[in-house]
Amino acid sequence: MEAPLIRVESLAKHYRLGDTDVPALRGVSLEIARGSFVAVMGPSGSGKSTFMNLLGCLDLPTGGRYWLDGEEISRLSDDALSALRNRRIGFVFQHFNLLPRTSALDNVALPLLYRGLTASERHAHAARRLQQVGLGDRTHHHPAQLSGGQQQRVAIARALVGDPALVLADEPTGALDSRTGVEIMALLQQLNREGITVVVVTHERDIAAYTDRIIQFRDGIVIDDTPNARRDAATDLASLVAA
Amino acid sequence: MNFPATLAIALKALRVNKLRSGLTMLGIIIGVAAVIVMIAVGSGARAQVEAQIKSLGANLMMLFSASPTFTGARAAAGATHTISEDDAYAIARELPEVIAGAAPALRGSGQIVAGNSNWSTAFYGVTPDYFDVREWGLAEGRFFEAAEINGAAKVAIIGKTVATNLFGDESPLDQTVRIRTVPLTVIGVLAAKGQSPGGSDLDDVLLMPITTARNRVLGATALAKSRSVGSIQIKLHDGADSKAAEERVRELLRQRHRLQPGQDDDFTLRNLTEILQTREESSRVMALLLAAVASVSLLVGGIGIMNIMLVSVTERTREIGLRRAVGARANDILQQFLIESITLSLIGGLIGVALGMGLAELIGQMAGWPIELSVTAILLAVSFAAAIGIFFGYYPARKAARMSPIEALRHE
Repeated sequence: MEAPLIRVESLAKHYRLGDTDVPALRGVSLEIARGSFVAVMGPSGSGKSTFMNLLGCLDLPTGGRYWLDGEEISRLSDDALSALRNRRIGFVFQHFNLLPRTSALDNVALPLLYRGLTASERHAHAARRLQQVGLGDRTHHHPAQLSGGQQQRVAIARALVGDPALVLADEPTGALDSRTGVEIMALLQQLNREGITVVVVTHERDIAAYTDRIIQFRDGIVIDDTPNARRDAATDLASLVAA
Repeated sequence: MNFPATLAIALKALRVNKLRSGLTMLGIIIGVAAVIVMIAVGSGARAQVEAQIKSLGANLMMLFSASPTFTGARAAAGATHTISEDDAYAIARELPEVIAGAAPALRGSGQIVAGNSNWSTAFYGVTPDYFDVREWGLAEGRFFEAAEINGAAKVAIIGKTVATNLFGDESPLDQTVRIRTVPLTVIGVLAAKGQSPGGSDLDDVLLMPITTARNRVLGATALAKSRSVGSIQIKLHDGADSKAAEERVRELLRQRHRLQPGQDDDFTLRNLTEILQTREESSRVMALLLAAVASVSLLVGGIGIMNIMLVSVTERTREIGLRRAVGARANDILQQFLIESITLSLIGGLIGVALGMGLAELIGQMAGWPIELSVTAILLAVSFAAAIGIFFGYYPARKAARMSPIEALRHE
């Protein structure tokens, strides 16, 4: 059997606030298989954001271990973590986080800037990804000229441009109306079918329903981890359009 | 991360806040402009002083007669004649290690007549050494010959101003000029020298053999009977210590004139090089003053850059977080902000150079100061501006680079 893409063992993160020790994550052990589509749920303060930050190599755990694609990351340097994020992970945020006054094409090409590619190489890759998310005709539009759904598509194209193994989406539909939310989930399902592992943080059951597995967090531990028969977002979208 | 892309990001960030960028640059612009003006005025003044030293003859000292105090009131220097032609020869003979030459001169003044024209000027009786000591060359004609000195020949060499006033565009060579009824044949015209540091016209002069002056032109006065002279021009060797040379000349003359210790000198010794150096000193003070203004302005400009860069880093916290998330290393962020502040100060520096050059030109024309600006000076000013960008941009850039990616992303 193939090794899992993600394996965490007794993963813990404690913050220090003055003299008090605040445990945000208190020993989480799980595996996420390659090509799976996982939802992470839980109320605020449950530790799900901390868990996502650790998965995204934006932060280092204070306890436990984390293997991404077979590589133990707990002891990596800051520069090595940057390189890892650049090559293995794509991020999608609730509020898109696009650079203002910057074309969709340049926004998508941003991660490649830190790989030392030339401008023409960067733009070629970025144009291809914009095409893939259905925005091939919006390459020179600025974020302010795009709808929320379009902006999130640009952000997804940016997450994909570096050919990551893992896409982490933090409330990707949180700032969108429900129909556009389903659109975005349909896009993520499509990417997942093409082989990318996707982890979505959400607090909406409806959104989690589009995934294969739902992990519930509370008080820094996993309280529930169940497989889910995914709904097909494309079908839902078609019926929404018909209605 | 490659340089052209980083530069493009920096330029874009500066363009977004045009007014802010412009105002931030202002301090650097003023500072660099002041540096440029300072260098232009300072080196212009130095060049002028050097040119004046050249026109006077390098390393020159002047020795005049001075009247001893008989009645308590002292006459002006040169009014009586206590120094002699032999003093000049003795100085040249006794102090060869510091003195390159000593030339005696008799001074007079009067109306010079040539045909219908006349011109009032100073004339000097000199020896051939005079031309060597003062480093005066000829525009045309020839110098005096030894026979003409010995024989008190009726010949003269005139300055450009005299030539122009008496003969206009005509060649003065072989023409006759009359001075106190003595006719002199013009055998040479001095090369033009312009103004002395005191503002007098160095070309308004007539030279004749010292014997001619003593025996024929000034003949009626008492000094004709002695070998006394009005002044002696002394030239030092290149690089000689003018202060020490002055002392040795003074010592020799006091000995020759049999002056007792405590008795006043019966001569006046003037060190021209030193006078000129004093003038150069004052222009250096002026330049220092400008340098002070420039450095204060550059300092304020630098603090302005730091301030704006700190604001910019805070405003773009989310952008920094995003860049870090998609793979920028801390060092990439540092570079990005550093290049932005360097670009800011460098553009300010270039505008400052242009403004400074314009101002220097304007000052040169309005105040009549000589202006001199080298490429080295411009490069120096521009690289100084860039250095300010690095120095004052480093702290904000480091602050940006050290942000935690998570906190930067969460920043509202």
